[in-house]
Amino acid sequence: MDNMVISIKDAVVSYREDVALQGVSLKVRKGEFIGIIGPNGAGKTTLLTVINGLGKLVQGQALVLGMPVNGRNGIKLRKRIGYVAQVESIDPRLPINVRETVMVGRYGRLGLLHRPTQTEWKNVDRVLDMVGMAGLAQRPIGHLSGGEYQRAAIARALIQQPEIFLLDEPTASIDPQAQREILSLIQLIHREYHMTTLFVTHDLRQLPSTCQRLILMKEGKIWQQGSPESMLKGEILSQLYGATVSIPAKAEVAF
Amino acid sequence: MDFSILQYQFMQNAILAGLCGGITCSIVGVFVVSMHLSFIGVCIAHAAFAGALLGVWLGFNPLVGALLFSLASAGIIGPMADRGELNPDTSIGIVFSLMLGLAFLFMGMMPGSRTEALNLFWGSILTVTRQDLIFLVIVTAMVIGLVVAFYKEIQAVICHRQVALAVGIPATLIFYGLLFFTGVTITASLRSIGGLLIYSLILNPAAAAYQLTYSLKRMLLIASVFGIISCWAGLATSYFLDLPSGASIVITSSIIFGLATAFSPKRKVKGWQQVQLAN
Repeated sequence: MDNMVISIKDAVVSYREDVALQGVSLKVRKGEFIGIIGPNGAGKTTLLTVINGLGKLVQGQALVLGMPVNGRNGIKLRKRIGYVAQVESIDPRLPINVRETVMVGRYGRLGLLHRPTQTEWKNVDRVLDMVGMAGLAQRPIGHLSGGEYQRAAIARALIQQPEIFLLDEPTASIDPQAQREILSLIQLIHREYHMTTLFVTHDLRQLPSTCQRLILMKEGKIWQQGSPESMLKGEILSQLYGATVSIPAKAEVAF
Repeated sequence: MDFSILQYQFMQNAILAGLCGGITCSIVGVFVVSMHLSFIGVCIAHAAFAGALLGVWLGFNPLVGALLFSLASAGIIGPMADRGELNPDTSIGIVFSLMLGLAFLFMGMMPGSRTEALNLFWGSILTVTRQDLIFLVIVTAMVIGLVVAFYKEIQAVICHRQVALAVGIPATLIFYGLLFFTGVTITASLRSIGGLLIYSLILNPAAAAYQLTYSLKRMLLIASVFGIISCWAGLATSYFLDLPSGASIVITSSIIFGLATAFSPKRKVKGWQQVQLAN
């Protein structure tokens, strides 16, 4: 199938004696927006690292953007994949500002010994404007709030002009207002650019409404998958999380 | 003050050694300080010292021993810290203690006078040889050239190593390259500054510059200027007051760090963080 951008078959990943992924198979079409949910330790982040080549497959195969994922082409692959992780603790004295941090997203594609041109700096300014961070461009990255930091991280992924957009708990550890803004931004980006997007969260309230398919992960396996309407049922989610789960009101899911 | 001393070759060599050592140690210092891996510098410095002592003991060029040991220690620490099998502090601590043990072992095994070994201990910028100076100039040119050529990758790796990896920068290669040049820089400056003291020249100017700016380019320049001032002021103090040169350089750099911290505009960051936490 020509429009298949991710094809994973029987992927097994282990960290020493812990098996993080146990025979996971997944196919993702170009432009799809997929939500991946599950309790902590379900293998959600590991699945994303298989896609961007940072996770080492013990068994199985992964074909991403037409390239077999292996130790040799990881760098080439990651230049085409945007990745936003959850807010990290950062040294407030770090010698880099927001504008420079966003440009880091471009460095992989630029390659060694090539400097960013004026056009590329203008593109950074344009993307910063788009994510609402133009006014903070010169601020040291360590001086941002969690929500601002995530906007900068999204801008960094966008400037990369990725074909796949991986979001790993991008709204974790930030305040509710900032969470809503980040989710709006992610949905806006998907509407504008139609990038294949995989959004990982353990919090059902953080699931974007534009999600077209929902993958439920548990104990290193894809436990169930389907449309959000078919998956977001109290009984299914209670089994997934091993506790009674009430479905968030539509307004909360869709903000 | 009599400046006629400047016409002598040994003093010209010392001034050039101070210029090159000040620049390279400070640049490498900016890397390790920004990556919060300062202890790696201590460890590599002691490894270089142990290797140099092995050279003195067995009769080959101490700088060759220093280079081999410092690179080997960087090659051991990096993967140990990266694989996460041990806490980075633990792995660095183990290599550090091993290198210190080897240094004392080699010194203990040396027959006769240990003057050369003690010179490596304390350093002597006033007796730096032409051969050492050429090596130091070459290393300085290489370090500056590599920083200019790979500035953007270095900035990405020292500020956002995981992000650098995720956007397709060869972050691991750059990281090991930085460790490699830390080892080479320490080796090249070993005779001038001394194995026990060189670490301060790596840490202090960089840590002082870290207090003063949020720009990496400015930090590299400020640290280099501080490094040169430390070396030249230490050299002058050493010559005019007849004090050990390595110790004078290190004390000067420590004073610069103290002043930079006292007048740091980043001190208000702490207050800002507390406000953020309270909210």
